[in-house]
Amino acid sequence: MSLRIACPNCGTRSVEEWVYGELFAPPGRITDPAERDIDRGFMHNNPEGPVREAWFHLYGCRRWIYLTRDTTTDVVRNVE
Amino acid sequence: MNEFWEAKVALQWQEMKPTYDVVIIGGGGHGLSTAYHLATRHDITNVAVLERKYIGGGNSGRNTTVIRSNYGIPEAVRFYQRSVDLYKRLEQETERWIMHSSRPLLWTIHTEAGRRKERARAEVNRAFGAETVFIEPEEIARMVPGIDLNPAGGRYPVMGASLHMEGATARHDRVNWALAEGAMNRGVHVHQRTEVTDLIIDGERVTGVRTNRGDISANVVVSAVGGHVTRVAEMAGVRLPIRTHPLQAFVTNHYEQKFEPIFASIDLGFYISQTARGEMLGGAHIDPQPSYSYRSGHHFMSSIAHRATTVLPFLRDLRVLRQWTGVCDMSPDYSPIMGRTGVDGFLVTTGWGTWGFKAIPAGGEAMAQLIATNEVPELIEPFRLDRFARDRTMADRGSAGTH
Repeated sequence: MSLRIACPNCGTRSVEEWVYGELFAPPGRITDPAERDIDRGFMHNNPEGPVREAWFHLYGCRRWIYLTRDTTTDVVRNVE
Repeated sequence: MNEFWEAKVALQWQEMKPTYDVVIIGGGGHGLSTAYHLATRHDITNVAVLERKYIGGGNSGRNTTVIRSNYGIPEAVRFYQRSVDLYKRLEQETERWIMHSSRPLLWTIHTEAGRRKERARAEVNRAFGAETVFIEPEEIARMVPGIDLNPAGGRYPVMGASLHMEGATARHDRVNWALAEGAMNRGVHVHQRTEVTDLIIDGERVTGVRTNRGDISANVVVSAVGGHVTRVAEMAGVRLPIRTHPLQAFVTNHYEQKFEPIFASIDLGFYISQTARGEMLGGAHIDPQPSYSYRSGHHFMSSIAHRATTVLPFLRDLRVLRQWTGVCDMSPDYSPIMGRTGVDGFLVTTGWGTWGFKAIPAGGEAMAQLIATNEVPELIEPFRLDRFARDRTMADRGSAGTH
C-alpha cells in the first residue's frame, strides 16, 4: 500500500497529490542563537515513531492539513 | 541452492570480545569496506563490525547497483572516480567474482535546459578525471536499442545525453561478501544480530558501545549506519542534517534481447539497466515523506511504468517480477558526510542518500585512512559534517540523477 492521506475536504487520496511539510523546532538544549539558526537551517530530528506534520493538498483542495504519522509504519492518525 | 552458497563465501565467525581498537556500527557496504581497508591497508585488525540484522541486509542489498563518477562538482568527481577505479580492481584484489560489468551510462534529457546542464557535466567531468561526453540523438539511437526519440507524440523529444564511458554495475551482495570475507580472513570480527542500544561516553569522549549482547569498549567508534543514523548520532549528542526517505525499485521478468547501457532519463525521472540474469532493473525518485517504512506502493509502480514505457516502448511487453524499498539518508546538499563529528572517538560516514553503493570502496578506504592516521584524507575533507555550519555546502543535487 502506498501512503494515503484522508483529506477532510476531498476524501482519501494518494501521497502523489500532496506536498510534505516538516514541522520543526531545534531541540531546547541548543541555546546559542547562532547554533539554533544553523540547526533550523540544516538539521533534522528525523524521528522514528509518531510525528505531527503538515501536508498541502496540491492537487486537491489546496489547503494545509495537520496529521500525526508513524514514520516506522506510515500509519496516519488524527487528521486535523 | 542460493547465491550465498554458490559464491562459496567462507566467513569465519568469532566470539565477541569486550574490547576492540575500532568498533564499526553497521555491517553494510561502507562498514565492511572500512573494516576491509583497515585490515588490508593499515594492518589494523582488532576491529569489530556490529550489524543489527545480517550483513548487507539493508541498503547495501537493496540498491540498483550502478557505479559511476559523472558528478557535477570537482570534489565529487574526484571522490567517485577513485571509487570507480577501486571497483575495477576489486575482483582481482579480493579474488572474488563480484560480477563487475562495465557499461556505457547515458543520461538523456528532453529540454534545452537539460542540454545545457549535461553539456556542463561533461566538461566538469573531463576537467577532473572522469570520462563523459555529450552526444546527439542519432548516437543515442545507435546505443539504446528500442528507444523512441520522439516519445509521447513529441511532448518529450530526446535532445541529447551525457555519455559516461566508465559506468558499471556489480552484484551488490557479492561486494558485501567479498569485503566481509577479506576483512574476516585477516582477523576482523563481524557480529550479526548485534544491535547497538547506546554509546558509552566518558566525559567528552565516546569510549564504547552498549549492545543487546553486552558492552564493548573501543578507542574509536564509527557509525556506518544506514537509515537509523540520526538515532545513533543522538546518543553522542551529535545533530545530523539527515532526513530518511524510502526509495523504491523494481525488476521485470527476463528480456530476451541484450540491453547494454545503463539508461536514465533525467527530465522524466527514471533509470533502468539489465541485470546479469536479463531482467530489467529500474528505479526513480525517493518517496516524498520521510519514513523508515519498507512498504512498496502502487503510486511508484504506476508512475514509473508510465514514464519508462514512454521512452522505451518495449518495456510494455515485460512484467514486473518484484518491487522493493530501501531507506535513504538524504543530506541537504545531496553529498555524503564523512569524518569527524566534534565528539572525540566518534566518526560518521552517512548521508549516502541514493548514491551509496558506488562509493563503497573509496568511502571505506578514506574512513580507514582517517582512523589509522588520525588525519582527514584530502579526498573526503570537503564532505566533513561541519561544512553546513561553515557555509561550505557541497551542493550537487543534479548529480543524484533521479533521486
